[in-house]
Amino acid sequence: MQTLSRFMFLAALTVMSVAQAAPRDDILAAYAAQAKAGDAAFAGVSAVRGEALHRDRHAGGKADSPSCTSCHGENTRAAGRTPVGKTIDPVAVSVAPTRYTDAAKVEKWFRRNCREVLGRECSAREKGDWLAFMITQ
Amino acid sequence: MKPLIRSIAVGAALFAVGAVMLERAKAGSDEFFPPVTDPLTRQECGSCHMAFPAGLLPARSWQKMMGELDNHFGDDASVDAATARQITTYLVAHAADSAGHGDMRRWLRRVPASAAPQRITELPKWVREHREVSPREWTRKEIASKVNCVACHVDAERGYFEDD
Ligand code: HEC
Ligand code: HEC
Ligand code: HEC
Repeated sequence: MQTLSRFMFLAALTVMSVAQAAPRDDILAAYAAQAKAGDAAFAGVSAVRGEALHRDRHAGGKADSPSCTSCHGENTRAAGRTPVGKTIDPVAVSVAPTRYTDAAKVEKWFRRNCREVLGRECSAREKGDWLAFMITQ
Repeated sequence: MKPLIRSIAVGAALFAVGAVMLERAKAGSDEFFPPVTDPLTRQECGSCHMAFPAGLLPARSWQKMMGELDNHFGDDASVDAATARQITTYLVAHAADSAGHGDMRRWLRRVPASAAPQRITELPKWVREHREVSPREWTRKEIASKVNCVACHVDAERGYFEDD
């Protein structure tokens, strides 16, 4: 009986995580398609480029937030903190499986945060790269 | 059996009256500001800093702020038009000078009726309440900003700003 209910629980969990991975994959695929449309030489998203975008210190944005890590922290699996002091949940998919499943939310924060850090919006390629990196985390 | 039921009923009624009175007393003080209950406002206005209770600013301040979200203290806090409308309705209905949410007008003492202050932390009453906080406190690393109410008022998310 116990084994059976544990099996059912695991089965349900698997169905749930599949259901959550699907919208995230769709969002990533949409960024890749957009990048491809803008650049015929585009050869797919890169988690390596995404990590650099995430960790590099950039010029052009605000002085108190030169990097994505300024708020999201060095460790993607740990909580971050805004300049005002509010805690931000971790950004790594392994510890935050519900993240990047709402396309409008993802777009809204890319727009805000890229402007804060880079002083401009991110390109579709950059967004895809960054998501690809978080999915590996 | 009957008297027992009656005393339970009376007890429950007294308790309810007591709870209402307590709620009133809290709403009328400078310590309790009902926390944001609207989920959309909590979500959209609570990710960069705590979702400030609507009772900390007058309606005109919220209206002005909601019209300028694309440049919100240097940040882009903009939301789509329908979301902005819903948040504005909530904030205005629960503002410091709104009817029915306790009398929070005292909180607005010395704020001219023509002004729409954008910072809670610049209201004369806020400044007064914090005059004893030493300048060194504000720059402590865990505090980060005056706006980080929760750093000092641990129960701020639940509406309590008493000394602690
Ligand atoms: C000024 C602080 C700050 C900086 C700098 C910052 N972020 Fe964020 N980010 C936030 C906050 C606050 C949230 C929303 C809170 C949450 O989702 O937990 C967020 C959320 C996000 C989300 C949405 C997550 C989701 O669940 O859908 C993405 C995507 C994101 N950030 C990307 C970035 C990228 C890329 C950078 C660097 C270019 C960056 N952020 C830098 C504060 C920041
Ligand atoms: C993208 C991040 C972000 C979002 C989203 C955001 N804010 Fe802010 N807010 C800020 C920053 C940054 C400040 C200035 C903090 C400082 O001075 O340290 C601020 C300050 C404020 C202040 C003034 C605080 C004071 O007394 O000094 C109020 C009031 C306020 N925000 C309300 C709101 C409302 C209402 C919303 C939702 C519509 C909202 N905020 C959404 C970033 C944000
Ligand atoms: C550095 C710590 C600190 C921060 C940050 C801070 N406060 Fe306070 N606050 C205090 C202290 C200390 C008092 C004085 C309490 C007293 O005298 O009873 C106080 C008093 C108050 C009172 C009056 C409470 C009463 O008992 O009448 C209110 C309301 C209040 N703060 C609101 C806020 C709000 C809103 C914020 C964020 C925008 C904030 N505070 C940020 C330390 C802080």
